[in-house]
Amino acid sequence: MIVFDRVSKRYANGREALSSVSFEVHTGEMVFLTGRSGAGKSTVLKLIGLLERPTRGAVIVNGRNTQTLKARHIAAYRRHIGVVFQDHKLLADRPVYDNVALPLAVAATPLKEIDKRVHAALDQVGLLGKERCLPLELSVGEQQRVGIARAVISKPPLLIADEPTGNLDPDLSLEVMRLFRRFQDVGVTVVIATHDHHIVREFGQRVIVLENGQVHGDAQDSLPSLVATR
Amino acid sequence: MSLTVAGGRHLQALFGSLGRLVRNPLATLLTLVVIALALALPTALRLLVSNAQSATGNFVNAVDLSVYLKTDVPLAKAQQLAQAAQQRPDVASVTLISADKGLEDFRAYSGFGDALAALKENPLPHVLHVRPRAQDTSPASLELLRHYFTAWPEVELVQVDSEWVMRFNAILEVMRRLLLIAAAVLGVGVLAVIGNTIRLEIQGRRAEIEVTKLVGGSNAFVRRPFLYTGVLYGLGGALLAWGIIAIAVALLSEPVATLARLYGSRYLVRGPTASDIGTLLGAGVALGWIGAWISAARHLKGIEPRA
Repeated sequence: MIVFDRVSKRYANGREALSSVSFEVHTGEMVFLTGRSGAGKSTVLKLIGLLERPTRGAVIVNGRNTQTLKARHIAAYRRHIGVVFQDHKLLADRPVYDNVALPLAVAATPLKEIDKRVHAALDQVGLLGKERCLPLELSVGEQQRVGIARAVISKPPLLIADEPTGNLDPDLSLEVMRLFRRFQDVGVTVVIATHDHHIVREFGQRVIVLENGQVHGDAQDSLPSLVATR
Repeated sequence: MSLTVAGGRHLQALFGSLGRLVRNPLATLLTLVVIALALALPTALRLLVSNAQSATGNFVNAVDLSVYLKTDVPLAKAQQLAQAAQQRPDVASVTLISADKGLEDFRAYSGFGDALAALKENPLPHVLHVRPRAQDTSPASLELLRHYFTAWPEVELVQVDSEWVMRFNAILEVMRRLLLIAAAVLGVGVLAVIGNTIRLEIQGRRAEIEVTKLVGGSNAFVRRPFLYTGVLYGLGGALLAWGIIAIAVALLSEPVATLARLYGSRYLVRGPTASDIGTLLGAGVALGWIGAWISAARHLKGIEPRA
């Protein structure tokens, strides 16, 4: 699903966020991307979401090389990826319904279909009945779940999340992570950037550890040792 | 994308834009007034030109000669002269306006009726209105005719009416050119006003645009509501301009009718025709669309999602 082949990323300010990073994520996998702040987690997700392009190396997502993708195809590319943010990036002046419906609206989905899918997505994250609320009327955990509903409503084969539990207490964090696992259970590839070791340990999934822009460790279920060496 | 779905999207964007305009009535109204004034001015000029043209419509193509006889020429002699003039091959018709008839007309139409009543005798001469044949209206032929009549001992003055017609046409031409310049300059002004309004709106909705692009919104999808906003501004401004013009015409119609009556005319102010209004509304919509397009193309490019 995702191939990083000796990927380097240097930002305009000269900072090298990634240097020769290589890894592969298979379809249907759930992977934690961990490491200190500034280790390059966010850059990896930006490269996958095509918010940035690699300076060197190739990022191949779902068989498409992001380096050669033309600007006018970026919108269609992004529709196949669900993105969840730490600050959830909801539109504060629009009700929950509009926020969740946005990915379908941009894809010109018929209104009837949008209605059905919005309700289904809100049901999945346990927010049925909150359609008319404005995001600020909801709790932080609920806002994050609205963000997740928006990310999955167009049934993307790939879901990426940047510190989705960064603002949540441990109980809410676990709840959100379980939600991600449910999507993995139905075949969605999930990549989650997090520095929450507790969560990572709890779930026992594959972990890719980044440090100073390089892959420091990549292991299945061998997390305790990896984390311990940090 | 099916056609109905595409139509639905457009309708949604249209009503979304309309809703945003209505929610911010004061700012919207100010912008509309500026656009309306910019559109109303060239429209008013256009009406002025077409009114001036139709007010004088009957004369504009006339090239008559007025042959003023000396005041001591008797009516019988004048009739004789008229018949003689009629014989010329290059003359289509000759109308004799006797001094009495002239005075009567003058009394009826000039508004000096009471003053004229005080006159002991008629100061007006007999006048021959000579209309050349259509094929003999070139300046050279007219000059020939003028020479012919000037040579008569009974003739005081020959006036070629086409001179003022030509001057008048020249004035109209200047006004038409002014109209074009005003329309072009104010059109650019409307583009700038709409472009700037759209720029501000794009800035105000930056977060929304970023998120929309993030979830896969194409540039066309992001641009669409702004284009509709531009069109609504243009159309709204044009409608308001129409209103301004209608009020101006209504206010002017009575004094102009009075003025015309004093000149013996039953002329009424001509309001905008259907084609004038069509041009006005079309120009408003087109300027709105173009202004929004330029602004959106320029400012949306810079907004890319950052995570």
